[in-house]
Amino acid sequence: MYQSFQEIIEIEKNTGKPFWEIVRDNDCREMEISEEEAFLRMQKMYEAMQNADTAYDPNLSSTSGLVGGDGEKVAVARRNEALLCGPFLGLVMEKAIKMGESNACMKRIVAAPTAGSCGVLPAVFLSLEQGKGYSREQMVKALYVSAGIGGIIAQRASVSGAAGGCQAEIGAASAMAAGGVAFLLGGDGEIISHAAALAMKNLLGLACDPVAGLVEVPCVKRNVIGAVNALTSADLANAGIRSKIPPDEVFDAMRSVGRILPEDLKETGKGGLAATPTGIAFRDNLKSF
Amino acid sequence: MNSFDIIGPVMVGPSSSHTAGAVKIGNISRKLLGTSVQKADIFFHGSFLATGKGHGTDRALIAGLLGFPVDDSRIPDSFRYADESGMEYSLSGIDLGDVHPNSVKLLLFGADGHKIEIIAASVGGGAIRVTEIDGLPANFSGDYPTLVVNNLDQPGHVTEITSMLSHKSINIATMQLYRSSKGGNAVIILECDQEVPDNAIKWLAHLEGILKVTYLGLEDRSK
Repeated sequence: MYQSFQEIIEIEKNTGKPFWEIVRDNDCREMEISEEEAFLRMQKMYEAMQNADTAYDPNLSSTSGLVGGDGEKVAVARRNEALLCGPFLGLVMEKAIKMGESNACMKRIVAAPTAGSCGVLPAVFLSLEQGKGYSREQMVKALYVSAGIGGIIAQRASVSGAAGGCQAEIGAASAMAAGGVAFLLGGDGEIISHAAALAMKNLLGLACDPVAGLVEVPCVKRNVIGAVNALTSADLANAGIRSKIPPDEVFDAMRSVGRILPEDLKETGKGGLAATPTGIAFRDNLKSF
Repeated sequence: MNSFDIIGPVMVGPSSSHTAGAVKIGNISRKLLGTSVQKADIFFHGSFLATGKGHGTDRALIAGLLGFPVDDSRIPDSFRYADESGMEYSLSGIDLGDVHPNSVKLLLFGADGHKIEIIAASVGGGAIRVTEIDGLPANFSGDYPTLVVNNLDQPGHVTEITSMLSHKSINIATMQLYRSSKGGNAVIILECDQEVPDNAIKWLAHLEGILKVTYLGLEDRSK
C-alpha cells in the first residue's frame, strides 16, 4: 500500500489513472490476483456491508445491556420527518447507529478499518447509493479509494484505538469515507486527499475511553459523527476548500497526537467517559467469569 | 499489506481482538489438539477476564473450538452448539503473570486420549500468538503450517526433522528451540511454507527420543 497521498497523486499525474485504480493495481501486485478478481473481492466487502445493514435487529441488546434499539429510534424519527438534518443525513445517521449496534450485539459486520468504527463507511456509501443514485460499480471504486486512504493512515499513523486513540478508529474511518465521497463527487487525487485531511483535522486527538472497556459507549454513537463529518468534509473539499496543512502532514500530526495521548485515553477503559462515576458503576455491575 | 487488511475482515462483532481473535485462538487450539474437542477448561487472563464477558470472548472461544470461522453467525449461540455436540467446557479466571493482557490458557481433551495445554494471546486486529504449549514456551501466529515437536534434549533431533522436511521439499520459514533444562524436556517449533504430510508426522512421532508431535495445518484435519 502507498505511504503518502503525494505518491498516489504523482502516479495519477504521470499515468492518468484514477486514485482507486492505483490502489487496486497495488493489490493485484501484492496479492498476485487479476484486476477482475481484486474488484470482485472489494465488491464482496461492499455486499457484506449491505447485508449487515439489512440484518439489523431492533430487538437485540448487547451482553452488557448498554446498547441496542437506538437505530430504530432514528429510523422512526426519519420516517416521521422529525429530523432537522433532513431525510438524507437522517438515513446516514440511522445506518451508522444501526451498524454500531449490530457490532455490539455480535452480528456479522465488516471491520473498516476496525470493528468499533464499522458503521462509518457503510452509513455513508449505502446511503449515497440508496439516496443519490450512484451505481454499484461507483460504490466499489469509492471503497477502493477509502482503502487506499486507510493504508496511508495505517502506515503514517495508526488504525488502532489502543495505539492512537479514537482518532485512529472513528477518525480514520471518517477520513477514509470523506475521500471516497470526494471521488464520487468527481474529485481527483488532490481533492480526495484534502477531503480526508479536513475530516481528520476535525477528529484529531479524539479519546478512546470506552465505558467498562467495551466497544459500546461511546463507540456506537461516534459512528454518526464519523459519517456526517465525512460528508461535510467532502463537500468542503469539492467546493474548493483546501487544508492549509498538506494532507500527508495532517496524518503525521495524527501519529504524533496518538503518541502524546496518555494511556488512560487509549482503549484502557481508565480515563474519560469510562472514569465517570456512572461509567465506573456500569463497569462494576458487569458480570465476569 | 493490502486493501483487505483495511476493509475487512468480515467478522462477528464486537471486537477484532476480543471476539475475532478469540475465535482464531479456538480454531488453532482445536487444530493443535488434532481431534475434535471433547472437554475444554478455559482460563481467561487480564483484559480477556475483565471485559471478555461483554465482548463475547467466552462464546467466541467455544465457537473457535467447534471449528466455526470468525464470520460465522452461530458464534453468539456457540454454547448451545457445544451442548448439542456433546462438548464439555468450563470457563474461569486466572492470573498468568507477566503475559499479554489478552491471554487465555486452554486445557483440551479429545478423542483417543489426546490432550494439550495451550496459552495464547490475541495481539490486535484479530492476529494471535501461541505463547506456550504443554508448559514449554512457543511463539507462532498460526498463519503458517506449524510443526511442534516435544523431544528429549539430546543431539540429533533437529537434523532428523530438518532432513525429513528437506526430503519432502518443505521450506522452513522460522525455527525455535526451547528446553526446560539441560538434558530435560525440549521443544522444536517450525513454521513452514508448505503443508507437512500425515505420514511424515507419523514417522517423526515414532523416533527414539521424540515424545509428542503436534501439527497445525492450514486445512482442518480434525473434522
